[in-house]
Amino acid sequence: MLTTEEITEIEAEAGHYPKREAVCIDALKIVQRRRGWVSDESLRDIAAHLGMSPTDLDSVATFYNLIFRRPVGRHVIMVCDSVSCWIMGQERIRKHLNERLGIEFGRTTSDGRFTLLPIVCLGCCDHAPAMMVDADLHSDLNPQKIDTQLEKYK
Amino acid sequence: MTATPEKPLTRDMRPDGLPLDLLAYEQAGGYQAIRKVLQGGMTPQAVISEVKDSNLRGRGGAGFSTGMKWSFVPFGKDAPNPTYLVVNADEMEPGTFKDRLLMERNPHQLIEGAIVAGFAIEADVAYIFLRGEYTLAAERISRAIAEAYERHYLGKDILGSGYSLELHLHLSGGRYICGEETGLLNALEGKRANPRSKPPFPPVVGLFGKPTVVNNVETLCCVPHIINNGAAWFGGLGRTKDGGTKLYGASGKVKRPGLWELPMGTTVREILEEYAGGMRDGVKFRGLLPGGVSTPFIVEEHLDTPMDFTSMPKVGSRMGTGTMIVLDDHTCPVGMTWNLMRFFGRESCGFCTPCWSGLGWAERILQSMEEGRGTPGDLEKLAFQTKMWAPGNTFCALAPGAADPLGTALKYFRGEFERHISEHRCPWR
Repeated sequence: MLTTEEITEIEAEAGHYPKREAVCIDALKIVQRRRGWVSDESLRDIAAHLGMSPTDLDSVATFYNLIFRRPVGRHVIMVCDSVSCWIMGQERIRKHLNERLGIEFGRTTSDGRFTLLPIVCLGCCDHAPAMMVDADLHSDLNPQKIDTQLEKYK
Repeated sequence: MTATPEKPLTRDMRPDGLPLDLLAYEQAGGYQAIRKVLQGGMTPQAVISEVKDSNLRGRGGAGFSTGMKWSFVPFGKDAPNPTYLVVNADEMEPGTFKDRLLMERNPHQLIEGAIVAGFAIEADVAYIFLRGEYTLAAERISRAIAEAYERHYLGKDILGSGYSLELHLHLSGGRYICGEETGLLNALEGKRANPRSKPPFPPVVGLFGKPTVVNNVETLCCVPHIINNGAAWFGGLGRTKDGGTKLYGASGKVKRPGLWELPMGTTVREILEEYAGGMRDGVKFRGLLPGGVSTPFIVEEHLDTPMDFTSMPKVGSRMGTGTMIVLDDHTCPVGMTWNLMRFFGRESCGFCTPCWSGLGWAERILQSMEEGRGTPGDLEKLAFQTKMWAPGNTFCALAPGAADPLGTALKYFRGEFERHISEHRCPWR
């Protein structure tokens, strides 16, 4: 079941488009913001609310990098693996995160605190390497800086 | 040296990094262009001719004439409606970080540009399609849109002119291919962002099947200045006939990575050596991708080329987004090319065969070379792939864009590729 708040927020966005299904990406993000990810049940509820088939909606949901169809940790780390960050030492950053968190890309720490994902260029190439944690951009990364920054996310 | 060159796009930005709010933007001369257009009696046709005459070319990378694009929208009583304007703020081309600056530091400049463009094409609704990762830009644009509505710069009957425009911010679900204009339109319609077959082109059949103009952020930011100061002034800002200023950037192992607004046609060497400060101590220049990963490599002998849409093709490349990615001698060109192909393969929408099949193939060949498993014949296979990805074999420019850096890497760094195969290892590891 979608909550009243979710429905209100989806309907506010839906008013921006002439067709109802156009709001489906916003709807997926609205639900994900509250629940962390989009479960099969959430997907069916959103589809029913928008008058779409769950299959159609899932084909959209699985297309986009920022919509999670599996549970994620309390915080999502997205490490830029595009070329400028790669030149500036992204592999070292990735290895440090792998070792510190004990996980590879696509995995969540066993305490449910962090999910680690690669992401396309974050537009922070003059301060590479870069990553995002949730909505926050972190740049000019080195292992020490990563350790300090991650402490803020409990 | 003559007088300091003008920097209309960045001149009013606050040194502390905060955005200009509505009042500060107005005090700096902001929202005068929409007054001139909406209250000064300019017709949409007059706005289009001014922009056409300025020779403003699309700053997203393709360099198409902005005024020309606007003129393709059907006008008159029988024209389909509504008409849409879409701001392409899906800055995801690796190595590109120019639109983020414009949106974070002066969001009203973009909004004013969108209103002028909207008036010119008689748009009823405009969307800013912003990549979801640009959270700070999203926050600042949302606030600026609310401020603009409050001052009646947006909404019904703007400044009593009779012209109305609704402007909405759409945050993308995230995928590189959304930056392709027809993929973007599908994403805005709530679909997978597969690019569409063209023609028809968006100005005739676009968003929800209606006439739609898609313009890049930097392009629209130029528009208020063209209206305020005239087409001739804008043309005169550039050193070459492409005109205007350009936000140039550099990343990689240069001394001062960054962004600079400079006259269009500033040479690659000036950007690299004077503004980016040249290479860091201990590393040497090998080559660069001039404007994002979809532009062909250039090397030392090309550095005196003016960085603009007209000059870069003469040395076998393109300006693209104008933000260069620099390769140094401590970085493996094969490893870099592998990184590029992995990116293209992952971000392909998976529709056309050369793209979904070929990119992964090239990626695996490059990986095997990096891991010491390259075999004679690999370079021919890679060269064959670049032919398969040529324009005309795919709906969109993603695969042709991947062919450009791969093809030129094979040309300029052939010896390094051959060493990977003959030595059965990556010499940089």
